[in-house]
Amino acid sequence: MIDRQTSDRKTPDGKTSDSALPNAIPSLTSNLDLEAPDKPYLDSNELILNMGPQHPATHGVLRVILKLDGEKVLGTECVIGYLHRGVEKIAENRTYTMFNPYVDRMDYCAAVSNGLGYCEAVEKLLNVEAPPRAQYIRVILTELQRLASHQLWLGTHALDIGAMTPLFYTFRDREEILKIFEKYCGARLTTHAFRIGGCQYEIYPGFEKDVKNFLAFAPPKIDEYETLLTSNRIWLERTKNVGVISGKDCIALGVTGPVLRASGVKWDIRKAIPYANYSKFDFEIPVGTNGDTYDRYLVRMAEMRQSLRIVEQAVNGIPEGPIMAKVPKLIKPPVGEIYHSIEAPKGELGYFIVSDGSTQPYRLRVRPPSFVNLQALDLMVRGALVADVVAVIGTFDIVLGEVDR
Amino acid sequence: MVEKYKRQYGSGLDAQTYLGQNYFTVDRSLIPDFLRLLRDEEQFDYCVDLTAAHYPKREKQFDVFWILYSFPRNERIRVKTQIADGESLPSSFPIWPTTDWLEREVFDMFGIKFTGHPDMKRILLPDGWKGHPLRKDYDILQQDKEWVQINLGIESGQ
Repeated sequence: MIDRQTSDRKTPDGKTSDSALPNAIPSLTSNLDLEAPDKPYLDSNELILNMGPQHPATHGVLRVILKLDGEKVLGTECVIGYLHRGVEKIAENRTYTMFNPYVDRMDYCAAVSNGLGYCEAVEKLLNVEAPPRAQYIRVILTELQRLASHQLWLGTHALDIGAMTPLFYTFRDREEILKIFEKYCGARLTTHAFRIGGCQYEIYPGFEKDVKNFLAFAPPKIDEYETLLTSNRIWLERTKNVGVISGKDCIALGVTGPVLRASGVKWDIRKAIPYANYSKFDFEIPVGTNGDTYDRYLVRMAEMRQSLRIVEQAVNGIPEGPIMAKVPKLIKPPVGEIYHSIEAPKGELGYFIVSDGSTQPYRLRVRPPSFVNLQALDLMVRGALVADVVAVIGTFDIVLGEVDR
Repeated sequence: MVEKYKRQYGSGLDAQTYLGQNYFTVDRSLIPDFLRLLRDEEQFDYCVDLTAAHYPKREKQFDVFWILYSFPRNERIRVKTQIADGESLPSSFPIWPTTDWLEREVFDMFGIKFTGHPDMKRILLPDGWKGHPLRKDYDILQQDKEWVQINLGIESGQ
């Protein structure tokens, strides 16, 4: 037990002393600056909190520095680059064909979409077009990938907010898509499904049956996710009016994809600047009105159904014919530059290639949707609570492989 | 549109098309006025991307590209300019806030500074890193050995 009398450091004559030592050494001063009683030791107004890079809710190695006033967020700063591998530098040192598998490693949750963007960009530079049969196979696989990416997003986003069940449901159903990928090209995640000029592989026997089975399998599963979340009281409380962003701000900040559409801007590159035969298919662009986390959820749910609609039309109409265009073995595009972009599950994924006429790209720039979208985080969480930061990071659907490249 | 600006700017501006994609090659002095004009007069309200390319043998070593898109016109356009090593460009952050991180990335990778940018620092590489990796004289295996040894405590990152 502490003797209060001694801990008060009383000297024999009753006065308090600076030091408990009998003969105080003048140089032995405290670092705590106890002499200044007016100085606040703890600033109760602002707190700098570090979130990440190793944090389960940042979807990878994202570090966010939060400036807080109690629970309220005053500002954020993102620190990125933990997963930087120098993809653009690698591209300059590889031939066009050799670089193709690397693009799968950027947005590793939607490798097929990455591959489609790259192959189409190089095809454009070469001025060739993939044959119709290859285009149809591409559309089927890309739309399945969009669905798989949205499922992964839904599972992890719901898990961040506190609903664990959707994760198991979405991963269970995503498995069916990955099985189709595996049967088609042998890989599940980093598929390298397409080649410059078309597809490497002919569809396997039973591909159409597998896809049709999936088309019958998936809609009730999406209904199932919706029964868990759409009118769930906790889900509504956590997502409604959280991370609101207006359409105008989205455009100014270059935000694309479902985030832009949830803010009421009806813009999808598949419709605006059609590529890969998308103009032949009938589908709608789901849009939201409020631009909050809940609307982004609804938009992505609707997009899943639209993807199935596209796949259904495509799988019933795969034309006969070759799957590869006439592309030279050694790809040497003429001198020039090209920008081509596709609607990836996360937004506008663009490739800007400068060719100097050699077998390697002189400069290859990837315009990643996650990187640009993440800039809006600061605007969307200002004034919100710490828990909302987690919801907003989830709603962007960022993949750090793509942010850092 | 092209004729109008050609008349206005004369030899400082050139318009070309390659594989159906239009681009302007403009003189450095027209940045950022020309970009602002494109946004305000021609409705190019969305800056898709901002990037650069390095040509070490040229006198003006860098090409800087703005890729723009107009929602009302549904049209994409590129603006291209050349600058020398060490030269800076006015930031387009006041025109399109999206160029915040894009300009930081160009600075990180090429060492091109943008004046007027609110926070011109590295973004993907650590702050103390030496060198700009997307320059052509930076080898693919090159790294800032000193930084790696001090901060990671290992001999080499390779």
